[in-house]
Amino acid sequence: MSDSIERNAAEIARGVNSGAFSAAELTRSMLAHIDRTEPQVGAYLSVLHERAAATAARVDERIKQGERLPLAGVPLAVKDNMCLEGTRTTCGSKILEHWTSPYTATAVQRLLDAGCIPVGKANMDEFAMGSSCENSALGVTRNPYDLERVPGGSSGGSASAVAAFEAAIGMGSDTGGSIREPAAFCNLVGFKPTYGRVSRYGLIAFASSLDQIGPLTRTVEDAALAYDAMGGHDPMDATSIDRPFETTADGLRTDLRGVRVGIVREFATKELGPEIDALYAKAYRDLEALGAELVEVALPTAEYGLATYYLIAPAECSSNLARFDGVRYGLRVEGANVHEMYERTRAAGFGPEVKRRILIGTYALSSGYYDAYYVRAQKARTLIAQDFAKAFASCDLIAAPAASSPAFTFNAKSDPYSMYLMDYYTIPMSLAGLPALSVPCGWVTPPGGASPMPMGLQLTAPLFAERALLSAAHAYERATGHAAAQRPVIAMEATQ
Amino acid sequence: MIPLPFNHRSTPILSSEKIDIRYVATLARLALTDDEVARFGAQLGDLLEHVDALAKLDVSAVAATAQVVESRNVERDDILAPSLDREVVLAQAPARQGAFFRVPRIIAE
Repeated sequence: MSDSIERNAAEIARGVNSGAFSAAELTRSMLAHIDRTEPQVGAYLSVLHERAAATAARVDERIKQGERLPLAGVPLAVKDNMCLEGTRTTCGSKILEHWTSPYTATAVQRLLDAGCIPVGKANMDEFAMGSSCENSALGVTRNPYDLERVPGGSSGGSASAVAAFEAAIGMGSDTGGSIREPAAFCNLVGFKPTYGRVSRYGLIAFASSLDQIGPLTRTVEDAALAYDAMGGHDPMDATSIDRPFETTADGLRTDLRGVRVGIVREFATKELGPEIDALYAKAYRDLEALGAELVEVALPTAEYGLATYYLIAPAECSSNLARFDGVRYGLRVEGANVHEMYERTRAAGFGPEVKRRILIGTYALSSGYYDAYYVRAQKARTLIAQDFAKAFASCDLIAAPAASSPAFTFNAKSDPYSMYLMDYYTIPMSLAGLPALSVPCGWVTPPGGASPMPMGLQLTAPLFAERALLSAAHAYERATGHAAAQRPVIAMEATQ
Repeated sequence: MIPLPFNHRSTPILSSEKIDIRYVATLARLALTDDEVARFGAQLGDLLEHVDALAKLDVSAVAATAQVVESRNVERDDILAPSLDREVVLAQAPARQGAFFRVPRIIAE
């Protein structure tokens, strides 16, 4: 295996722009590596051999014409809930298994315009509902650091692909933690920007007041480059924010002097066990050693985050997924009348987790229960957002765990609620619309585990403070270097 | 008309009462097997017990949040612009007739 496929996005772009190697060469090596590695990892639902080769040739042509592209030749994994014209976009669901995108999502298009090469469509929990990728109806994705463990979810395919060097940038979508949790599980940086900062045109909707697209990468710098390319206003998405866009990659600092970092009183890590507790205590001390001032902050309503989320997200999903009815696209199962066709199509097309969420959402929105459940949850959401606003009066960033444990084994969370708990630390930030990321912060060997597994430190910033957020993460990453401490078992086997 | 199985209250409160899962499934246009009715009914009951924690929050003086960042209606100028090609869209239809999506009869003879 050539080391070229292990280059990060920033290095690849420098190499292709300077002519040190071509996008076509790198893409050939990358596709060969993907073909070798995929039988073990299963990150992709489709690998785009011809599309990638054709795109690489065009990028090389643009470079030859004198253009310089911020992400020239960078291999890109696209989560399979994002449209790329002419490719299957399945959402990990049988109901869209054979559906071909008739257009390209704005965020995808902007990365292609910046020089990215789309090498595959990545597996995911069905309709982005899940925290392990096990809810995909179309394939199993494994964690490159221990093949007996899940990659996290819902953006598990994108995470697995980037961790196994099958892409340098993975596109994810985060509704309650679906970028940050798989990033933590797979030793990556996973970044969810402020709600509305990245266009969702061409992202198949799950919960519209929460969904946000962002990158999964091996370095903070790559996350910043990807965000700079994909972010900003888009007239095709009415919820995309129309205010000046601040780039981030040009402002990455190496220290945290003058930065006040809030440690959340309610997120004490003692109950996560002594090893994990010590790991986060060390992470907070490392922030302090970089010059940050640690302050205690309170988020008294954060503990209501899960209950609030599991009313709002299913309510919105039950409404969004009403469009899958067998009429215009996707699966159709015939029935004696149109109602029977709807019911049979949806019964055959949706998996159990999607059905559960549709049912809970329909119930929460139904007559007599709307105020008790849905409206009350929206009011709780207000309180949670207000708690963050109060906390940010005394700090610039908030530090917390990204997940309560390292990646777990397959079938370990068969009870739905135990799976929902995986997003305990990420959901409050999503409800408040805040920019947040996970950055590698160390390794723990789970009980009975074969090898050390990565953990993630979650940093959260006020609305639109992406620049400060990525800058702090970069300083922490540069000082600690946790990501380099272990190698994925896949790549080690391939290099032997 | 589907009969309403719930107790309608003038002042709704959070409740852990058993969900009539078949009725909810009808509203959601979802056919369920008997096994799914039993399984989902129990699982959703469990989830609602967790969700009941929200009853402890005093939200009497709190406004509901629908969108966190900005919420205003956006309209574009009323100017013709290219959109998806009809043939491309109809090519994905499970059944079509000419320029239309074909569906089973909706109005009884």
